[in-house]
Amino acid sequence: MTLTVATTTEQLPAAARPAHAARRDPRAEPWLVRAFIIGFAVLFLSLFVVLPLLLVFSSALSKGIGFYLAALNDPEAWAAIRLTLITAVISVGLNLVFGVAAAWAIAKFEFRGKTFLVTLIDLPFSVSPVISGLVFVLLFGAQGFFGPWLMAHDIHILFAMPAIVLATTFVTFPFVARELIPLMQEQGSLEEEAAISLGASGWRTFWLVTLPNIKWGLLYGVLLCNARAMGEFGAVSVVSGHIRGETNTMPLLVEILYNEYQTVGAFAIASLLALLALITLIAKTVLEGQIVEGQQSRDD
Amino acid sequence: MTIEVRNIVKQFGAFKALDNVDLRVETGELVALLGPSGSGKTTLLRIIAGLDWPDSGAVSFDGEDALARGAGERHVGFVFQHYALFRHMSVFENVAFGLRVQPRAVRKDEATIRARVKELLDLVQLDWLANRYPNQLSGGQRQRIALARALAIEPRILLLDEPFGALDAKVRKELRKWLRSLHEEIHVTSIFVTHDQEEALEVANRVVVMDKGRIEQIGTPGDVYDEPATAFVHGFIGESVMLPVDVSDGRIRLGGEVLDLESREAPSGPSKLFIRRHDISIGPAGSGALQGAVKRVRAFGPTQRADIVLHAAGEDTLIEIDAPREGVLKAGDIVGLQPRRYRIFAA
Repeated sequence: MTLTVATTTEQLPAAARPAHAARRDPRAEPWLVRAFIIGFAVLFLSLFVVLPLLLVFSSALSKGIGFYLAALNDPEAWAAIRLTLITAVISVGLNLVFGVAAAWAIAKFEFRGKTFLVTLIDLPFSVSPVISGLVFVLLFGAQGFFGPWLMAHDIHILFAMPAIVLATTFVTFPFVARELIPLMQEQGSLEEEAAISLGASGWRTFWLVTLPNIKWGLLYGVLLCNARAMGEFGAVSVVSGHIRGETNTMPLLVEILYNEYQTVGAFAIASLLALLALITLIAKTVLEGQIVEGQQSRDD
Repeated sequence: MTIEVRNIVKQFGAFKALDNVDLRVETGELVALLGPSGSGKTTLLRIIAGLDWPDSGAVSFDGEDALARGAGERHVGFVFQHYALFRHMSVFENVAFGLRVQPRAVRKDEATIRARVKELLDLVQLDWLANRYPNQLSGGQRQRIALARALAIEPRILLLDEPFGALDAKVRKELRKWLRSLHEEIHVTSIFVTHDQEEALEVANRVVVMDKGRIEQIGTPGDVYDEPATAFVHGFIGESVMLPVDVSDGRIRLGGEVLDLESREAPSGPSKLFIRRHDISIGPAGSGALQGAVKRVRAFGPTQRADIVLHAAGEDTLIEIDAPREGVLKAGDIVGLQPRRYRIFAA
């Protein structure tokens, strides 16, 4: 319908067009309404997103660039950055493998308890991160389930890197799986069947057919997973023990410095996290474009 | 390569997709599995390919147990209804796929692979598309590439699942002819699934008609059309008029009225009388075995089609028949109808 209307308008000479041609689009709102809605959205975004972001950077640089760099060059800051990066690499790696395996199982096979598995994958999203952290305290703490055994064997999990990695992995594990399940379900398993009937092994089918088809979705999931892994506060805070220079991740260090009135230090670290967020956003936008393109090539 | 399928049973939950199916396909044949959706034809094809497994029964190729091998070891070329081309690979790489994934010991060198792919693309007359991607091709081109890809592994058997189902009518007709001549050229034992009777009758040497997980009839296209074995086959293939009748003492009754037709030793009981739409002669009122009133007449290609209401013992039955174009039928006429040929099956 819209198409017919558009062509007739084009055929008319400009003078013959009705004065309120713009209003002929049934979806167009009056100018005032549009201005108000757009203005409100811009105002809201500036107030709640752009302004705080600017504030982070301006506070970090409030005493000059030298002070900012010095704050970042602090050994404690370095330790936090290192821990955060290691934690992110391990948990993103684990969730990459887990997410692909889970999505593969859910999208390509029928089995009992499938809905339950899907619900289970969503669990970390629905549970407060503090609870997620607490679970590990209850498991590995001195009074916890494995506590006495771990103590007897002198293995440190709680208040050490292993617990931080575990908590981060737990909190971030839905990202990759959630991104891939609908994608793989939509793609179905016909291409895999074709590959197998042509003599490819399961392993080669995965590398040559499945993986190339999901690569953009997978990257997208990894990106979000990474952003969350680096920024996770609640769960990590519960299991970290806040040992300075040892078990503080970047978000934890921000809190500590802030509480100690070291504003520049706190905001310097925070600016790094904010920068990560910006990079993530840009990469996300690019990837979304790629995913849409991939879908279009399937549709026609 | 002969294919033998024995006592295949396959159940999906409570639904019996295949119920004791037996089938033998001889070397070089081109067989059509024809049936409505849900008749089990695709399931049977997938079991032969190794993409599905039967609950019980046996499949053998040249007497050798095929179920002992996985899909990749059966050397079966499979063509999917929706092509299933690898969307991230060029046409060339799609066709080369089966050659590239061969075990290292038997894999051919790059030059041989290239030559073979070129040869296959020539065979399907699409060599000029080698560098395109699947989404840049039309449906008919995609299906021909899918066929070339399946042929690349030099399959012993070619299986095609509704190969032309997703194409428009004109392309479908072209590809049908093309498949027929391709089969004459390469002569690989082939089975294709279709719900389109015209396609099955035109392309296949033999047609296997399936319904509800069972084989209703196996025969040449001529057999299944002229000598349908069951009521289902008569109703499914070709256009028929079906009248619910009762047979007793060698007489046929429609709604209690005796029809002037021989019962030809049909067993007594409720039955179905089938007449091909074009096997009915139209005469003046009072003549023929059936009487009816013309409701509507439509021109339809070389013939015209008439809706006729039969009055039989107070009950009206609407039938559709083919009438010669030059006939002077018009709505409201009362006519006598005489079946030239008909069949009776127990209901």
